[in-house]
Amino acid sequence: MSDPSVRLAPAFAASSPRRRRLRSPGARALLFCAPALVIYSTFMVWPLLQSLRFALLDDAGDWVGLDNFDKLFGDPLWSERFWRALRQNMQFFLFHCLVQNPVGLTLAALLTVQRLRGANVYRTLIFVPTTLSVVIVGFAWRLILSPLWGIVHTPLLGRTSTALPTLSLISVWQWIGIPMIFFYATLISIPKELIDASRVDGASAWRTFWRVSFPLVLPMFGVITIVTYIANMNAFDLVFTVQGVQAGPAYSTDLLGTLFYRSAYGSVQGGGDRAMGATVASATFAVILVGLLLFFLVWRRRVRTYQL
Amino acid sequence: MSGDEAMVHTDVHVVRRRARRVGARAAVHAVLIGYSLLAVGPALLVVANSFKERQAIFDSPFSLPTPSTWDTSGYETVFDEASFPTYFRNSLMVTLLSVLGVIVVSAMAAHALSEFDFRGRGLLRIYLLAGIMVPIRLATVGLVELFGSLEMINTLWALILVYIAMGIPLGIFILSQFFAQVPTELKQAARVDGAGEWRVFAVTLPLVRPGLGAVAVFTMLPVFNDLWFPLVLAPGESTRTMTLGAQQFLGQFETNWNAMLAALSLAIVPVLVLYVLFSRQFLRGLTEGAIK
Repeated sequence: MSDPSVRLAPAFAASSPRRRRLRSPGARALLFCAPALVIYSTFMVWPLLQSLRFALLDDAGDWVGLDNFDKLFGDPLWSERFWRALRQNMQFFLFHCLVQNPVGLTLAALLTVQRLRGANVYRTLIFVPTTLSVVIVGFAWRLILSPLWGIVHTPLLGRTSTALPTLSLISVWQWIGIPMIFFYATLISIPKELIDASRVDGASAWRTFWRVSFPLVLPMFGVITIVTYIANMNAFDLVFTVQGVQAGPAYSTDLLGTLFYRSAYGSVQGGGDRAMGATVASATFAVILVGLLLFFLVWRRRVRTYQL
Repeated sequence: MSGDEAMVHTDVHVVRRRARRVGARAAVHAVLIGYSLLAVGPALLVVANSFKERQAIFDSPFSLPTPSTWDTSGYETVFDEASFPTYFRNSLMVTLLSVLGVIVVSAMAAHALSEFDFRGRGLLRIYLLAGIMVPIRLATVGLVELFGSLEMINTLWALILVYIAMGIPLGIFILSQFFAQVPTELKQAARVDGAGEWRVFAVTLPLVRPGLGAVAVFTMLPVFNDLWFPLVLAPGESTRTMTLGAQQFLGQFETNWNAMLAALSLAIVPVLVLYVLFSRQFLRGLTEGAIK
């Protein structure tokens, strides 16, 4: 306390209402939370609310109520785009779930095999793609899959039937490190005695994994799935770099993120506008909320979490 | 059955079990080696081909550059046409300041939320953590409007502020778990010794260092690799980040494979070198953050 008035008159300072207020836990907490609160509120919460509000205004800023949503779901052109993007986004997400969970868990399980030599090296290498930017990954794969190069002879990214699955697999390839490290973290946190007890009782490594480790890992599936869902509903970079803003061929790789970008900031064919951009963003927000509700109300109630 | 026979039998059994275990180990290694190759192969392919002449790139993509196929014209194009040093500096500055900002600001808030008991603590916590589940990209229209009115479009500060806001919820979430484990006695002892609240905070910081590391790891990558916000908030030549700069360069030189491969290599190699140098700390941070 370097404030001289405090040193000179401690009794007065302690009894002054201002001082006392500053010493209350609430005031102290607020002081410590202030920077986070201010930055978070100004640059995240407020713009988000503004975005939702812009969906209720026209491009000039006049109140139009739900007209924009009417356009998004009623206008055949817009509704076709929106439902297509949503459908494809769900497929994108489904691909992730089907591939990344089994592969991620397998890799994590193999990495936690006891006394495995070089486990750290493998872990480091498998995580490499996750550290790279989506832009780099996208272009690298585009070159690799280019029929010009001839490593793959079919234009996987150029056909409407194969473009989306191919992009999903590239995305899984890149992000597999995240589910892997989450499963890995859970597996290594399981007390060794638990595993040893099972092995001493005569259970095989295979059986021990399914009967002891797997139930403990199960809650992680939900967490990874919801994190993937949120990330997927926002996916943009990969489609943008590999297929361009038009999400070709013939919009077959259009996702909510690319639709949002085109609606708000335009494309080769024409400019976008703030109102429709905000409307697509609000609809995406609703899609994410539905996913979160399902996660918390259905999954979290059904799956048991064990305290280790 | 005589004793000798039993011994032989056991030996065979042991040998067979050991053989099976060795076989299982070999299979594990085979799978992991295979997947590791799949993981690093594409990057190696890009880097190896960036040093080859055009014809060799197409004729034999899997071979390493030889003296007769050696060609660095791609790199010359990149250095002539793109200002990668500027992009890299921008990225470095944005990433460092964002990570620093997230760490400082979330550590303070996490300390307060776990240390002081006050009315509305639960609500404040929910408010600050809600952002984990809401992607900040949905706020883009509002952010462009906000930075437009602040005349901060095309500044690195716009990016830094957005990234700090973006990192705060997860930062507080992770750090709260670490702060909750700091023994209360320690903080009380500091208070008895006359330490002010800032001092108490400073005393606890070294104890949550793994948490700070985890937050840094979780913040760093999404910031360095983000394309979306540089694209809409700071697309200008002087504020372009590495990711956006590479994206635009690659878009322009679509048919020049030498230049594309060189640009990709230049974008991959620095990140890769940093990652390999710090991978131990990095993966530990991720693992610790994931468990909490």
